[in-house]
Amino acid sequence: MKCYSRLYAIISKEVLQLRRDRLTLGLIVGIPFLQIMLFGYAINTDVRHLRGAVADLSNTSLSRQLVTNAEATQVMDVVMRADSAEQLESWLKAGRVVMGLYIPNDFDRRVAQGTRAAAQLLVDGSDPVVLGAARQLAQLDIRYDTARQMPHPLSFIEVRTHYNPERRSAVNIVPALIGVILTMTMVLFTAVAIVRERERGNLELLINTPVTTFELMLGKIIPYIVIGLLQVTIILLLGVFVFSVPINGTLFDIYFASLIFIAANLTLGLLLSTLAKTQFQAMQMTFIFFLPSILLSGFMFPFDGMPKPAQYIAEILPMTHFVRIIRGIVLRGAEVFQLSQELWALAAFAVMTMSLALLRFRKRLD
Amino acid sequence: MSQEFAIVAHNLTRRFGSLTAVDHVSLHVPRAQIYGFLGPNGSGKSTTIRMLCGLLTPSEGDATVLGYNIPGQVSTLRHKIGYMTQRFSLYEDLTTIENLRFIASVYCVPHREARESIESALERYELRDLMQQRAGTLSGGQRQRLSLAAATLHRPELLLLDEPTSAVDPQSRRDFWAILFQLASEGTTILVSTHYMDEAERCHNLAILNHGVVVANGTPLDLEKRIGVSVVEIGAKSPAQVNSLLSAQSGILSVAQLGALMRVLVAHSIKNPVEYLQGLLQTLEGDVEITLTHPNLEDVFVVATQGGYAGVLA
Repeated sequence: MKCYSRLYAIISKEVLQLRRDRLTLGLIVGIPFLQIMLFGYAINTDVRHLRGAVADLSNTSLSRQLVTNAEATQVMDVVMRADSAEQLESWLKAGRVVMGLYIPNDFDRRVAQGTRAAAQLLVDGSDPVVLGAARQLAQLDIRYDTARQMPHPLSFIEVRTHYNPERRSAVNIVPALIGVILTMTMVLFTAVAIVRERERGNLELLINTPVTTFELMLGKIIPYIVIGLLQVTIILLLGVFVFSVPINGTLFDIYFASLIFIAANLTLGLLLSTLAKTQFQAMQMTFIFFLPSILLSGFMFPFDGMPKPAQYIAEILPMTHFVRIIRGIVLRGAEVFQLSQELWALAAFAVMTMSLALLRFRKRLD
Repeated sequence: MSQEFAIVAHNLTRRFGSLTAVDHVSLHVPRAQIYGFLGPNGSGKSTTIRMLCGLLTPSEGDATVLGYNIPGQVSTLRHKIGYMTQRFSLYEDLTTIENLRFIASVYCVPHREARESIESALERYELRDLMQQRAGTLSGGQRQRLSLAAATLHRPELLLLDEPTSAVDPQSRRDFWAILFQLASEGTTILVSTHYMDEAERCHNLAILNHGVVVANGTPLDLEKRIGVSVVEIGAKSPAQVNSLLSAQSGILSVAQLGALMRVLVAHSIKNPVEYLQGLLQTLEGDVEITLTHPNLEDVFVVATQGGYAGVLA
């Protein structure tokens, strides 16, 4: 017997319940806001204004120029002045500064000779991000006054930064945040969806009606697709208006890619839902999946820097493919179909998890 | 066969690991009647009902429900049966009317027909005032009426009710049974499980289950007639003394206290039970009054669950 009212009934029931579930509604809007503010403002790999100290034992016009140049980079703020290398080191050890510039008293001569390093930068390297920033200071070049101008050394390689010339982290992070937020909320909501019905006893009644497994699963997914797209919109708006993230690709491409990614996450949630016995278990499973998604997908650390086994795992995660797609579209202005390989990976993941969920879910209690 | 009986089951068995929850149960449930499953908790009532509606696959045996084989033809059968779970299983965060509408569409009741069905259900089950109330805030009796209303929206030929009145006050139970009889008179077959004697007594037919086995079946009256024991009431000043004198005596199947009366079941092998008891209670001469009385369903239940009935009726 063909009947279309069943799918509609499940969807509208789901929407009704969702409208009354204030906590979930709050999460739908709250998680994007919270995450984008946290990641956008707090996580910054482009470090500036590090506390530094200077021990200028030379105190010539040239050494003062070096200090001024170092401050001009904004990497270092000179907050203290020391009179010896020992003092610099003790401050570094005490954590009062994270870097110290040591200029020996024969600084001018060393510069003129050009055979040895003229000055030394002491860095607290325990945080690699700080170390990386400090390295920028090592690139500083100094010149004598115009009368005695020295030949300016040329670098072998000139780096041209594409797509994010100001090197702002937000530009890189915000598009990928779409992936993080969708992975977190979409998987969680659907993972809990069927388990909740089982826990509350609704499922025993429901599976005894003519509803088919496919209708049940589809009816649970469709409302969340809409919610997922709503979240994408919130993140894009915040990204553009708060963090001035340039959107180089088309909106259609962004939404199209997001749609497939949402589907992959929802079907995964359904699969977890058939594996978990309680809502708590469903949440635990979601987090087991969520962690590698954040750490291995290239969202936080560059994919190419990871060891091979980690890369293989990452290739399984939908988030990895989505991060590539969304950065491609938003930052590089790529078209979604130039990234069709990643799209196929997402689609394959969705089809596979949905089939597994359908196979695992039985309209029986045994 | 299927014209006469709504359910025919042969040797239905269900095992969970080493536990046999239902052990070779055979049933013939006549159409348009109320058939009761009476049994203590854990006797296999729910498991049997779940097998009959296809929620559980039998480990052994077969059954025909409304002429359909289970579990093979369950998907067709689902349109024709209504199932009321032991636990309230509608959505607590939806209102009465939303729940009814949901169930109607899930059963594919056509729109116009669904509206009429829901209207008449609101009347019949006195739910109109509760229409906009969330199901989670309803009382036990109200929830149970809502569950029954939902289970009958698609006008099923067979209703399976799993302990429908376990969380309901006596007045609501009476009203509930009045509705069941009405449904039966309209042609619906009803299979209901219970552990209340008064409810079992109302059923047209009855099967008593114990440890997954049907230990007795028939009409309540028939069961009382065929009980195979004599029932004696003893009025006594000190029931405890009577109890200690009678316990462990041969031929005494059960001694139970009902207020000032002791109800004693005596095996038929004792030809004159009153005289026999007088003999046993000689020391209390004058303090006891012994009378023979009619067996009731509780006596049947006690005898059946003690294993005494199987010999008589099997």
